[in-house]
Amino acid sequence: MRAHLPDFELVVAADLPSALSLLGNGESWRPMAGGTDLMVLFNAGRLPYRKLVSIAKIAELNGITVSPDSITIAAGTTYSVIQRNPILKAEFPLLCQAANWTGSPANQNRGTIGGNIANASPAADTPPALLVYDAELELISAKGSRRIPYHQFHTGYKAMQMRPDELLMKIHLPRSHHSLKQYARKVGTRKAQAISKVCFNGTAQMDGSVITSIRIGIGSVAPIPLRCHQVETALTGQTLTPTLISHAREVVAQEIKPIDDIRSTSQYRSLVTQNLLSEFLRQLL
Amino acid sequence: MTETPVTLTVNGISYTVTVPPMKRLLDVLREDLSLTGTKEGCGEGECGACSVMLDGLLVNSCLVPVKQVDGSQIETIESADLDAIQQAFAETGAAQCGICTPGMILAAQELLNHTPHPTREQIREGLAGNICRCTGYQKIFDAVELVSLRNA
Amino acid sequence: MSYRVIGSAVLRKEVAGKVAGTADYVDDLKLPGMWHGITVRSTIARGRIRNITFEPGVPWDEFTVVTANDIPGKNIVSLIVEDQPYLASDTINHAYEPILLLAHPNKYLLEKARSLVKIDYETLPAIFDVDTALQSEHVIKRYLMEKGDVDAAWSQAAHIFEGEYSTGAQEQLYIEPNGMIATFDHKYGVTVRGSMQCPYYIHKSLMPLFDLPAEKIRVIQQETGGAFGGKEEYPSMIAGHAALLAWKSGHPVKLIYDREEDMAATTKRHPSRTRHKTAVAEDGTLLAMDIEFVIDGGAYATLSAVVLSRGTIHAAGPYRCSNVRVRSTAVITNSPPHGAFRGFGAPQSIFALERHMDRIARGLNLAPEVFRERNLLHTGDTTATGQTIHQTLDLPGLQKRALTHASYCAKKASFRELNKTSAVKKGIGFATFFHGAGFTGSGERYLQSVANLRVTSEGKVQILCSMTEMGQGTNTVLTQVAAEMLNIPYEWVTILRPDTALVPNSGPTVASRTTMIIGKLVENASKVLKNKLGLPAEYTCEQFAAACAQHGAQEISVQYQEPGAIYWDDQKYRGDAYGAYSWAVYVAEVSVDTLTGETCVDHFTALQEVGRVLHPILAAGQIEGGVLQGIGFALYEKVQFRDGAMVNNQMTNYIVPTSMDVPAISVLFEEVPYEHGALGAKGIGELPMDGPAPAILNAIEDALGVSFNHVPLLPEEILERCEG
Repeated sequence: MRAHLPDFELVVAADLPSALSLLGNGESWRPMAGGTDLMVLFNAGRLPYRKLVSIAKIAELNGITVSPDSITIAAGTTYSVIQRNPILKAEFPLLCQAANWTGSPANQNRGTIGGNIANASPAADTPPALLVYDAELELISAKGSRRIPYHQFHTGYKAMQMRPDELLMKIHLPRSHHSLKQYARKVGTRKAQAISKVCFNGTAQMDGSVITSIRIGIGSVAPIPLRCHQVETALTGQTLTPTLISHAREVVAQEIKPIDDIRSTSQYRSLVTQNLLSEFLRQLL
Repeated sequence: MTETPVTLTVNGISYTVTVPPMKRLLDVLREDLSLTGTKEGCGEGECGACSVMLDGLLVNSCLVPVKQVDGSQIETIESADLDAIQQAFAETGAAQCGICTPGMILAAQELLNHTPHPTREQIREGLAGNICRCTGYQKIFDAVELVSLRNA
Repeated sequence: MSYRVIGSAVLRKEVAGKVAGTADYVDDLKLPGMWHGITVRSTIARGRIRNITFEPGVPWDEFTVVTANDIPGKNIVSLIVEDQPYLASDTINHAYEPILLLAHPNKYLLEKARSLVKIDYETLPAIFDVDTALQSEHVIKRYLMEKGDVDAAWSQAAHIFEGEYSTGAQEQLYIEPNGMIATFDHKYGVTVRGSMQCPYYIHKSLMPLFDLPAEKIRVIQQETGGAFGGKEEYPSMIAGHAALLAWKSGHPVKLIYDREEDMAATTKRHPSRTRHKTAVAEDGTLLAMDIEFVIDGGAYATLSAVVLSRGTIHAAGPYRCSNVRVRSTAVITNSPPHGAFRGFGAPQSIFALERHMDRIARGLNLAPEVFRERNLLHTGDTTATGQTIHQTLDLPGLQKRALTHASYCAKKASFRELNKTSAVKKGIGFATFFHGAGFTGSGERYLQSVANLRVTSEGKVQILCSMTEMGQGTNTVLTQVAAEMLNIPYEWVTILRPDTALVPNSGPTVASRTTMIIGKLVENASKVLKNKLGLPAEYTCEQFAAACAQHGAQEISVQYQEPGAIYWDDQKYRGDAYGAYSWAVYVAEVSVDTLTGETCVDHFTALQEVGRVLHPILAAGQIEGGVLQGIGFALYEKVQFRDGAMVNNQMTNYIVPTSMDVPAISVLFEEVPYEHGALGAKGIGELPMDGPAPAILNAIEDALGVSFNHVPLLPEEILERCEG
């Protein structure tokens, strides 16, 4: 454990207003929810923040609410709670799968979906699912709240449309996906506790062999979780044939921007992405 | 930052310690409360040797800053309520060097709490956050099955 | 022969504390007035230290600082070659080389202090690959092992097969990192407690460090959370560091590595490269085997000569061949020194051999089992070192049994069909191999191991030896032997924790020697005791107790006697390399997903002939654990170096298999009792490390029809080849 304890402050916010007040007071307070990302950095002596406010117990940040048109997941909801929720399992299986893939049972009991989004790792497992489900984020600060479509949220590696005084409060999921064909596959270094090399999520609606709508979200192949608009455009309204699949492979190979890193290579990521895309498309027939 | 009082109920006993707020729950247990049964294997939340129950849920205590869990209930390997699992581990050869064993037993407890009669596949999934380097896991699976059988 | 205690799954002596969380590992100990220590290490792989500055930011006057200049005795870690310093004084030979030590009462201040020690280096060119090392003659050891006349055989060969095979470094990843607590006192000297395999190795190395005599150094083993060879020689280094800090500070000092430091700074398995050139007759008989075997020792000699030795002796495998030549070399590079890891050279050379055997079979259009069977050793044959196999040996039978159990032929055929239409290709492969138990050749004689039995006047017996329990069940097995031999209850026998002040030197806990060799000493000591007590051939335990009461408390000491004739020529590297070998056939069934290159081991069969199984659960546990480490070696565990330093030194990036990755493992034993092993037992601790990697790669080749010849074999390489 390499952190010098006296250098750090941690306070527990009793409620949302006091948390937001700290985040907005210009003294560089940062929020901590489950801590499963921040504490790894802390233990390694690499956490850049010194003042932390725990938001784990704030009421508005916990719970899942259901309305006829959407499901709202509060940002502080843990992976364990997500993957056990019956409505999420029925209508948003890719998100539940992603929650099950993240870390380990112990980390899933602490880690939150809000933390997964705000940590902004391009290798996170829930973002690809959120992308294909057209998630909308609700952010809050002392100045008020605002919404942003999730696919606009990440602007670059670890850069987000979120100010330091803002907190991620809710994730809204429109309930319009349950009749779609859904596919997710994660390729990691092993079968559990693996940071992904490629995390592929896809939904589609077919009319016979015509793709009437398609959404693709992929992790670990770009500086941000990637919504593949180019591939989607190339496929929407088209008849699914082997030729189309070949073309789709070429388009996705151009659209993704994978790198060589400690886990894998750019070439591998590209080949696997293309292969998973093929597998997804073949299953649509 | 100055130290701060934190109250924890550990294995049914209430303790108040005054510590830096970011001190890890793992270190509070081992150093301030001298409960050294919970181990540190990696400091990254990967090996699971530091697993404890926090308000009834399995967590990696090396990733928990103690101030955040002020007022919580903790169960560690020193708990009196784990002996069915401990006995099974002893009988089946599920413990070799023993360093992963406390965390593994807590993980088994969590699994059995929500799936009292798990399949072998469910056991594998439930223990996937606990790395053992000695046993090859087979006898750990056997131990959990034995507990499940005895509870049938 | 039926046994009372041997062969049954008695509850382990040492298990209660482990499941209760009360077993005392070194980091669980707190001594009054204890300080904490930390090591400042080199950030470059090769160079010279120009300057060391202690920047402001911590109260330096409160710290104890130890540099090479402080060392009271010799700044050398005594092992085989005297080349490795405890602390670098001006020359750096590898990244993470220890330079200075700090101690302070507040452990949370240490990392900050470490970050404020600024070291100025002059960087020099470094060598990281074996070919450059070979060309530059950076060699620590060479062996030439010859049998017959290899060169004469080429002209008679119907076929000649060549191949090159390599293995990477592997991190032991014991879940308990290295740690020591040391105290120093002018009257009693140095006392060190910690995680270790070999208390007497540490004892031997601390004497010259402090220039103190044997009785002023005391080394005590704490409960050790896994070792696998990684705590064979390395602990001497960390023990010396902790002791130096205790000596200079005047306080007990606890020095525990965190995972990042342990992975980057301590020893790993030696990377290897093997080249085979094999002459084969038309009918598949091996005519000659010409083998070149190179291992990368890292920056200092440590145990490389011995790893090289074992790799050399195992390089030609359990095969009959009249002409064998092994030319082996251990080179020095500027990687952190490599060291002992379960198998100790054999996994490396056996990987090459068993891959090569499949290559030859394929080239001859013979089934791999048929080709091997034609060449397997039988009773009366001689090995590559010229050792005659005296024991009853039926390797063809072993092979047949393993392959039948694994449904090898049926599966191979059905996979061929399945693979025609499936993107996930299945394959099955095997390896046939052996592993010598105990120290090589005259090694055991040289060790002169001693074990004692102490008996009270109530008939309670205590074993005193330096063999360490680290998960394999030493305490249980040795007490089983004594209880069986003395015909007393298992509960009447205990074993003392290894403490150099209290137990004799039984040699190190390595080389799969504990059960076989030290167990035999315990067996012999038991016989001596029975004689002394004047007991009849049959007696009850009450009679035993009565005899003890009559004779009074006493202690029996026995020393290793070389059994019969073991002839070993250290110069020519010929003769009886080991007292006994365990023999094995391992079968791996794999699935390779051609979309992602991922390989999954679906099922594993491990069959071995081990002399006698003393404890069925402990024995199976050794095999299962070793098989999974072998699977890791084959498919997952890659040590990534950059500029001579390990960069994936966290458990999130150094990948070992989880409970979701491990296959079902079928363990089968056969027993051909070895008369010089405890109650017939031979060594098994390292055997399971040798078979998995070649079996798995043979299976992958069966699945894909593509040959891979290095481990670890990662999906990236598989996919690249399949797509290309």
